[in-house]
Amino acid sequence: MRRGKLWLWGLSLLVYAFLYIPLAVVVLFSFNDSQLNAEWVGFTTHWYTVLFNDRDMLQAAANSLLIAVVASSAATLLGTMAGIAMHRYRLRFLPLLAITPVAMPEILLGVSLLLFFRQVLDLTLGFVSIITAHITFSIGFVAIIIRARLAGMDESIFEAARDLGATPWQTFRRVTLPLILPAVVAGFLMSFTLSIDDFVITFFTAGVGVATLPLQIYSMIKVAVTPEVNAVSTLLMTLTLTMIVLAARFAPDALKGRG
Amino acid sequence: MPILEIRNVTRRFGGLAAVHDVSLSIEAGEFFTLLGPSGCGKTTLLRMIAGFDLPDAGQILLDGKDLADTAPERRPIHTVFQSYALFPHMTVWQNIAFPLEMARRPPAEIRQRVAEALEQVHLADKSGHFPHELSGGQKQRVALARGLVNKPRLLLLDEPLGALDAKLREEMRNELIELQREIGVTFIFVTHSQQEALALSHRIAVMREGRVEQVDEPAKLYGLPRNRFVADFIGDINMMEAEVSAVAHGQLHLHIPVLGVVQAPPAANAKVGDRGVLALRPEQVRLTPQGQHHELANHFHGKVQSFIYLGDVTVYTVMLDNGASIEALAANNAPGRATFFKVGDDVAVAWRHDAGLFLDE
Repeated sequence: MRRGKLWLWGLSLLVYAFLYIPLAVVVLFSFNDSQLNAEWVGFTTHWYTVLFNDRDMLQAAANSLLIAVVASSAATLLGTMAGIAMHRYRLRFLPLLAITPVAMPEILLGVSLLLFFRQVLDLTLGFVSIITAHITFSIGFVAIIIRARLAGMDESIFEAARDLGATPWQTFRRVTLPLILPAVVAGFLMSFTLSIDDFVITFFTAGVGVATLPLQIYSMIKVAVTPEVNAVSTLLMTLTLTMIVLAARFAPDALKGRG
Repeated sequence: MPILEIRNVTRRFGGLAAVHDVSLSIEAGEFFTLLGPSGCGKTTLLRMIAGFDLPDAGQILLDGKDLADTAPERRPIHTVFQSYALFPHMTVWQNIAFPLEMARRPPAEIRQRVAEALEQVHLADKSGHFPHELSGGQKQRVALARGLVNKPRLLLLDEPLGALDAKLREEMRNELIELQREIGVTFIFVTHSQQEALALSHRIAVMREGRVEQVDEPAKLYGLPRNRFVADFIGDINMMEAEVSAVAHGQLHLHIPVLGVVQAPPAANAKVGDRGVLALRPEQVRLTPQGQHHELANHFHGKVQSFIYLGDVTVYTVMLDNGASIEALAANNAPGRATFFKVGDDVAVAWRHDAGLFLDE
C-alpha cells in the first residue's frame, strides 16, 4: 500500500472512531453492574428491568411512538403528493419551499413554530403542536425521496397507462403508486426516525403536559446520567438504526442523493 | 368516410408552429406513415391524435366525430411508444391484460384475448416474465400486443423500430406488415427512416417544418416527388441546375449549363424560361465504356471519380465535362467482380428521354 493511501485510511479510521466510540460506550455501560458510568464492574440486565418499571419513561415512549406514527403517516401522504407535483409540473419554487425546513437550523424552526402556535393560533401546546411540527420538518425529506425516484423513470409509462384506457386515478393506483412504493416506504421510515428522536423542535413545541422519550431522557440527565439513560438510549439507537437500514434498502438511490 | 380526418390542424410552442395547417385523411385499414426529419412535427401530430396534446386550431375527427373533448383514455386509439413504455412492475401477461381490465372486460374474455394476443406475437412462453427479462425485440412485440389487444380503431406507432439493430429491424418490419394485414387495424406510423416508410406503408405523408409536403403511395413518392425536398429526402438523387429551353411533343427540353440540352418528361405548368433542377435517380443513369455507340437520347462524356461497392450494387461517382458530378448505380450481376469500371476510366453517361424530373420548387 502506498503511503498516501495509508495516511487516508488512518484518518478515516480516526473519524469513525470519534463518531462511534461514544455510542459504543453508551451501549456497553447500559449493561454495567454499577450506579456510576465510571468503570466497568460486571454484566447485568438490571437497568433494563428498571427502565421497564419506570412509569414516566414508559409513558414518554408511548407518546413518542404515537407522535411518530401519526406525524410520519401524515408527512408521507403530504410529502408524496408534493414530490409527485414537483416532478410533474417541473416547479422551481415549491421544491425550495419544501426543502427549506430540512436545511434550516432546528432551533430557528423550533422558535418560529412556538411563536406561530402561541401568538398566531393561540393553541395550547401538546400533541397537536408536536405532531404538526414533526410533519413540517418531515415533508421535505419525503418529497425529495419521491422526486428522486420519479426522476429516474420513463415518463412515457404514465402516458401509456392513460393511452390504454386508465383514468388519472387508475394510472396513479395501478402504475405510479406501485412504482414509487419503495420510495414511499423509505420516506415513511425516514420521517419516523426523524420524529422519534427529535429533541430541539419538540422541546419548543411540547409545552408542559406531554413528554417524549428524548425530552424524558434530557430531564433525567439534568440530575445524573444513570445507567437507565444508557439503557433507553441503547433501545432508541437500535430502533433508529433499524429504520435507517430499512429505508436504505427500499430506496438506496434516494438516500444517496442520486436521481 | 375516412376513419381519421385531420382538418387544418396547427400547434404552436411559444411562437413556433410545430404543426402548421396540416390536413390529412386516413382510410380504414390503411398503413399510413408520417415521414420526416426530426423536428418536422410528426411526433407532435401523433401526440395530438392520441390526445396527449391539443391543437391550437383545426380539428381531429375519428369516424366523423371531433375528438377535442375526449380524454386520451376515452379515445379508442392506442400507441406503441418508442421506448415501448412497458409497465416494469407487471409481467408480460399483466401488461397485455391492462387495457382489457381498464375497459372492464369479464375475466374469462381477458384470459382468452391475452392468450390470443400472446400467440399472435409468438410470446406464449414468456407470459410470466417481467419486461427487464426480455430482449428488445420481445419488448417490442409485447408493446404491439398490448396496443392491439383491445381492438382499437387506430394504432399509433412512434418510431417503434428505432431502438432495434438492423437485422432485427428488418424482421420486425415484416412482422408488422403481416400483423397489420392479419388484423386489419388502421396503423399510423411515425418514422424518420425513408426505407422503413417505403417498405411498410400504403401511403406516406412527407413532413417538413410542420407542413405536409406530399402525400402519396411509396412508388409515386419515390418516382414523382413534387419538390426538391421530397426528392432529396426519399432515396438518393442527382440534381442539376436546369432551365426550360423548349416544350415540344410532350417532351421538355432543358438547358443545363456547359452540358447542353437534355430531354426530360413533361412537367405540369412548365414554361420556357423556367428555372429549376433536373432530378435523376442514380439507377436511371447508365454507364458504358467510352466510344461505345449509344442510342439513348441523353448522353455525355465523363470520368469515373470514385465508387462504393455495396454488394448487390455499386454506386459510381462520375465527373462530367461541365464539372458536375453525377451518381450512377450499376447492379453487380457478375459474381466475384467488384466493379465494371475503375477510377479514372472514360465513360459514357446516359439516360432515357423519359427519365428524370424537372422540379422548379
